[in-house]
Amino acid sequence: MSAASVHSLWTMGADSTAKIPTPHIEYAQLSPVLIVLGAACLGVLVEAFVPRKGRYYAQVFLAVVALVASFAAIVALAAGGYGSTKAHIAAMGAVAVDGPALFLQGTILLASLVSIFTFAERRLDPEAHGNRVDSFAAQAASVPGSESEQSAVKAGFTTTEVFPLALFAVGGMLVFPAANDLLTLFIALEVFSLPLYLLCAVARRKRLMSQEAAVKYFLLGAFSSAFLLFGIALLYGYAGSVSYAKIAAVVEGSVSTIDPALADTMGNDALLLIGAAMILAGLLFKVGAVPFHMWTPDVYQGAPTPVTGFMAAATKVAAFGALLRLLYVVLPGLRWDWRPVMWAVAIVTMLGGAIVAITQTDIKRLLAYSSIAHAGFILAGVIATTPDGVSAVLFYLGGYSFVTIGAFAVVTLVRDAGGEATHLSKWAGLGRRSPLVAAVFAIFLLAFAGIPLTSGFAGKFAVFKAAAEGGAGPLVVVGVLSSAVAAFFYIRVIVLMFFSEPKADGPTVAVPSPLTMTTIGVGVAVTLVLGVAPQYFLDLANQASVFVR
Amino acid sequence: MSFPLLTATAALPAVGAIATAAVPAARRTAAKWLALLVSLGTLVLGAIQLVRFEPGGARYQLTESHAWIADFGVRYELGVDGIGVALIALTALLMPFVILAGWHDADPLETHNSRWRPTQGFFALILAVEAMVILSFEATDVFLFYILFEAMLIPMYFLIGGFGDRAHAGGDEAAATQRSYAAVKFLLYNLVGGLIMLAAVIGLYVVAGTFSLSEIAAARANGSLDMATNTERLLFLGFFFAFAVKAPLWPLHTWLPNAMGEATAPVAVLITAVVDKVGTFAMLRFCLQLFPEASKWATPVILVLALISIVYGALLAVGQRDIKRLIAYASISHFGFIILGIFAMTTQGQSGATLYMVNHGISTAALMLVAGFLISRRGSRLISDYGGVQKVAPVLAGTFLIGGLATLSLPGLAPFVSEFLVLVGVFSAYPVVGIIATVGIVLAALYVLVLYQRTMTGPVKESVRGMPDLKVRELAVVVPLIALLVFLGVYPKPLTEIINPAVQHTMSDVQKHDPKPQVEAVK
Repeated sequence: MSAASVHSLWTMGADSTAKIPTPHIEYAQLSPVLIVLGAACLGVLVEAFVPRKGRYYAQVFLAVVALVASFAAIVALAAGGYGSTKAHIAAMGAVAVDGPALFLQGTILLASLVSIFTFAERRLDPEAHGNRVDSFAAQAASVPGSESEQSAVKAGFTTTEVFPLALFAVGGMLVFPAANDLLTLFIALEVFSLPLYLLCAVARRKRLMSQEAAVKYFLLGAFSSAFLLFGIALLYGYAGSVSYAKIAAVVEGSVSTIDPALADTMGNDALLLIGAAMILAGLLFKVGAVPFHMWTPDVYQGAPTPVTGFMAAATKVAAFGALLRLLYVVLPGLRWDWRPVMWAVAIVTMLGGAIVAITQTDIKRLLAYSSIAHAGFILAGVIATTPDGVSAVLFYLGGYSFVTIGAFAVVTLVRDAGGEATHLSKWAGLGRRSPLVAAVFAIFLLAFAGIPLTSGFAGKFAVFKAAAEGGAGPLVVVGVLSSAVAAFFYIRVIVLMFFSEPKADGPTVAVPSPLTMTTIGVGVAVTLVLGVAPQYFLDLANQASVFVR
Repeated sequence: MSFPLLTATAALPAVGAIATAAVPAARRTAAKWLALLVSLGTLVLGAIQLVRFEPGGARYQLTESHAWIADFGVRYELGVDGIGVALIALTALLMPFVILAGWHDADPLETHNSRWRPTQGFFALILAVEAMVILSFEATDVFLFYILFEAMLIPMYFLIGGFGDRAHAGGDEAAATQRSYAAVKFLLYNLVGGLIMLAAVIGLYVVAGTFSLSEIAAARANGSLDMATNTERLLFLGFFFAFAVKAPLWPLHTWLPNAMGEATAPVAVLITAVVDKVGTFAMLRFCLQLFPEASKWATPVILVLALISIVYGALLAVGQRDIKRLIAYASISHFGFIILGIFAMTTQGQSGATLYMVNHGISTAALMLVAGFLISRRGSRLISDYGGVQKVAPVLAGTFLIGGLATLSLPGLAPFVSEFLVLVGVFSAYPVVGIIATVGIVLAALYVLVLYQRTMTGPVKESVRGMPDLKVRELAVVVPLIALLVFLGVYPKPLTEIINPAVQHTMSDVQKHDPKPQVEAVK
């Protein structure tokens, strides 16, 4: 080897390092995400350095402050016009800062905030050895039923790690609907999924069931991530880029230069279709649409109920956000191919969720299937492919999150000796024992059923209207029919609560601390306000319905 | 801005409902009096509406209009025509009697715990229903109407499922199961109807771009709204289905006998005399006005269904062994007459149908409430458990007879006028239909008189012996209703004067003219 060649090699190396530009990061515009993730890291340090006694308070304080600050940042960005006129793509094309992103991030943050309150609830379970306990295992690592578990309980340990874990999940969810290239999408997915798998496993009661749920969720989630990743690879082969804008340009055929390294694959429609299908499968798994819904009932049932509420609301918002952006920004040119498929998915999701829910005997499983049916309703709005469709979906997600969190918060209140009494037969006569709790739960059920004057109706009307205007009339009819089926099982629960005689050994309703009361109160307030006077929020969703590209 | 009379009429019972629900558990009686006062206040407001309404004036009067959900094209638009104002008056009129009749229906039993407050709930729910029904008669925005149409199911559902006859209360498991079955059946039937209507409501918005009746009418008049024939028919069917469930029209009627049988008598009156009227009212206001062509297209089928309702309902009423179910089937028969009158598309038919809605409300209320008093004395709904009541409780038997005679449309009592008008209207357009419909009248005489004969006449049954006659509270319920029946039977003019102009408007909507009387020239 001659000295010259070595020299040129070095020179080339030197040149190319010089050519890597310094990434330009708009820290202010990414501040909502950065605040939450930073607080999550701080939370890990709190776990390490703060004495056990103070951890709970430190963590709750940190989480609440972080979420509030992050929400304030969102509001500031939106007020600064980043949702409309100044919408653009930040962080070198990785993250979009636009209306839908800000709206969904705001929804996720508010939903997370009220969920954190239920995480922090410590008055429901009876005190164990003089220590107040929450819904989470004393020490997640100890084997259920072992001596180590007993000693952990005796020592009054609590799993305060749930707060930083939840913050990490929220951070990932904030990025997910804003991700503007496929790799960011994937990373965000993993960042919010991994903490969720863990959170599912740390229930205080019924620990084996909780761990089983976590394993199921993890395995199926890993599968769906693999699908997503494979799809990303195929789309990269098709477009020569992972950036949304570039892929969209290739799909539309407006790119003529072909990357020589990808000459064999670029523009190959087979790669596009298969890749898009796989990515959609990965996202539909997260929203819990049929046929990718199998994990939902088991995980919803096994996870600690506060986590279930958080997951059911925030994950759904984030995943639908990502789905919307993918379909509206990357694949609008392909809509004649994906619309029929999504039609079919929406129909089976609505009907499947509603019909299977009828046979459920566990309240958490029932709500899980109901969430599947709702995913179908939201998909009907996604299919509209109009700005109205986007705003309808945004509005629906906003209303739905609070109903869901509120409903699961009520579930945490109804308890017997074995913890939460989730079997439906135990809810018989609840309306006689505790009229207020039963009435609140009835409001949530009526909202799920889409009865007028609740947010559920306004949301359902918005998505169905958008779908009808987008030419999906038959979908609306199916949606209406499955709403009727769904109404049946919501009403069955109401019948049980109000018209059945209470059983002698029935559950008691625990009196919660102001934390859970806040959660439920916010849920009821949002449900009624969005039902009676939704105009302001519809306007907000309308302004936020344009994607940046 | 003038005083929002229409809003106030609906808002008073709504506020009253909340206030009644908030009365402390121990102050049961206060809750009752509050509910009664509120319903009387609403009656006053309804009467003011009736006075301020000018029969010769604009089609919709006392109108109010405010922005509500601009994004859905929805405004809070109210206005009453003659039909609406008459039905509001009926609703407001019946409510005090319903409340008075149900005075003790929801007293808590010893076994209930102290936090369960059935009395407050019962009266609050009744007032809530009143508020929603009144507002739905006032709504001139399709969406607003739809919301109320659906939302009123929820309080009704709790009224049917939560409160049964006193005889069954106290842990009679079977009765509770039946009651909850009836409530669920009521809700599911109506909810399915409502959801199908929702699809049509959305469809209407896609086609018309607005929900305002006046805007749609204007767009239709200047030709900017031109529905395709098939679209109009589908939308019509979506709307009509919901109203036919509510009305109820055969074969969608099966929830009514269950609901009326299991509910307490005042609640049964609420169902059939008030809430169901929303269905027939909506046929007149929405089906005919929004989809005139489709209405004419569907007329033959609807007339046949209405005929089946009349005859089938009457036949089943003849065969009933349960007093309340008998009245329910009689109502189905009468709703057949109302729908027949609406779709005969003649002035007399529609005037008669509207008048019938009012008269049927009053006469059924009278019959059902007296039946309720009877049932509460003996604790049984079976006809065979009674006999010879007129010897023990002559006033009860007498008022029951008058209510029954009104139901069979005896001349001199109010329903006769309306039934006669309906039949005349139908005869002039569809003679054969009119002839078949008269069968209903004959059967009505049968089921009412047989009911009276079996329960009130004959030897005094052991179980009836010592039955007390009507008390003051009960008389206060029955006597005014009977007086009204007689008054409107002799002098229906005040009502017809209000109703007729509205009917003329509807007739011009569907562009129908009364058939010319045909006189065979004498040679």
